Amino acid sequence: MGKLYLELIRIRFLTMLAYRVNYYSGIIIYAINIGAYYFLWGAIYGGQQQLGGLTVEQMTAYVAIAWMSRAFYFNNIDMEIAQDVREGKVAIEMIRPYNYLSVKTAQAFGEGVFRLLFFAAPGIFLVSLLIPFRFPGTPEAWGLYLVSLMLAFVINTELNLLTGLFTFFLFRNDGMMRAKRVIVDLMSGLVLPISFFPGWAQTLMGWLPFQAINYYPSLIFTGAISPERAWELIGLQAAWIAVIFMPILILWRRARHKLVVQGG
Amino acid sequence: MQNARHIIGVFADYLGQYFKTRLAYRADFFGDLVSNLIYELINLVFIIVVFQHVPLLKDWTRDEIIFIYGFFLIPYALFSMFFSFWDFNERYIIRGEMDRILTRPLHNLAQVCLESMAPDRIFGVISGLIIMGYAAFKLDLSFHWYDPLVFVVLVIGGALIYAGVYTAIAAISFFSDSRTGIAPMIWNIQQYGRYPVDVYNKVIRFVLTYILPFAFVGVYPAAYFLRKETWYTYAAFTPVMGVIFFGIGLAVWNWGVRKYRGAGS
Repeated sequence: MGKLYLELIRIRFLTMLAYRVNYYSGIIIYAINIGAYYFLWGAIYGGQQQLGGLTVEQMTAYVAIAWMSRAFYFNNIDMEIAQDVREGKVAIEMIRPYNYLSVKTAQAFGEGVFRLLFFAAPGIFLVSLLIPFRFPGTPEAWGLYLVSLMLAFVINTELNLLTGLFTFFLFRNDGMMRAKRVIVDLMSGLVLPISFFPGWAQTLMGWLPFQAINYYPSLIFTGAISPERAWELIGLQAAWIAVIFMPILILWRRARHKLVVQGG
Repeated sequence: MQNARHIIGVFADYLGQYFKTRLAYRADFFGDLVSNLIYELINLVFIIVVFQHVPLLKDWTRDEIIFIYGFFLIPYALFSMFFSFWDFNERYIIRGEMDRILTRPLHNLAQVCLESMAPDRIFGVISGLIIMGYAAFKLDLSFHWYDPLVFVVLVIGGALIYAGVYTAIAAISFFSDSRTGIAPMIWNIQQYGRYPVDVYNKVIRFVLTYILPFAFVGVYPAAYFLRKETWYTYAAFTPVMGVIFFGIGLAVWNWGVRKYRGAGS
């Protein structure tokens, strides 16, 4: 069984490799986004030394690492599930001898690994040449970041599975999936570090899983927190993974009974 | 003229069909509206949160930036109501739908626009107006009697710039039928137009003014209403740029259609 999923990861990895044009344009999109925020933050800081507890150098490093982390955890499996449901392919998927949701997760992972190796790693190297940037100093710090990034991937994938599963009940939910995507970008700390938000918003977001997707790993990477605190954050991530797993199980069980095959 | 009236008539028919198909999946229809609204609000959140920490961005105040953002939403909404063919390559070239388009009596670009229009984007215009109105109120802006007219002209100019750029990009599919990913790239670049161009360095400013003129869909025309006289000349050139870029887009499109050979099955 494990071998099957390993193979699925490998195939998605190779598929990504085959569509190279998409890959190049993806690099440029990330460069544009990091560039835009780089200038914008430069202007925002103006003469100021520190904002929201970060210096301008830490801020640009944060923006860069946040986007690179996103390259790994981001995937479109909710859209893929929606398409499978709409085109009726999901009926075939369900009679195959594997778990559909695990297959989707494995594919997402293949995609993530591809982007981490060919996209984020060279990207961050390039960024470190252009803007002042500090890598974690110890192997321990690297390890903490990678563990946290992996958990971030699982949380984001779980959220995608969840929104994807709603297609079984709503038939079309592109709007919801797009809304989820922008909410994740904002509340995960990609656009703005959480420490920039006013106090009440920080408290509110403390109760939501989104900052575990990007803010935690990025914080660990910048070395702004102690290893003990880092372990705490990783523990929180693990807790969120367990919590979000419940509704997925319930919805999946329901979805199999509720399935209406459209078109096909 | 006969032709234009014909297109408008067909447009009305398509509009009716559109609402029928959209309302068949009601939850998605409203989900779409909400997601667009959230997207617009999130950019607003960014501006508001950042200005809690700093008083000025270069020499622009918070409400000026909000005003620019509100204006920025309107030409884009207008454009995406009529030119929503983001999946042009997939839908028309790879699946061979373009062959059908060519047999239709309308001009082929008009036909494609009709089939993929998204009139619900009108809500983008409304939220843009609300955001602008709020900022204008806070800034205590005063308007001349002819300003609404100027506004309409500038908005149409901005929408034409989008239309020209994205029509040209869609036309690339006539030459190469593989997916290029250029459109999402340009979409990311256009987001630069939300902020004053003097924030960026010279190269980006040049690109946003002359090559991919997205400064003309946001900051330049908005500067007119904010009475920033240094940018008046640029604001005045908005409709000119619109006509030029739409002309280029249309020319590339027509050239592409002549080159088009169909893609397999």
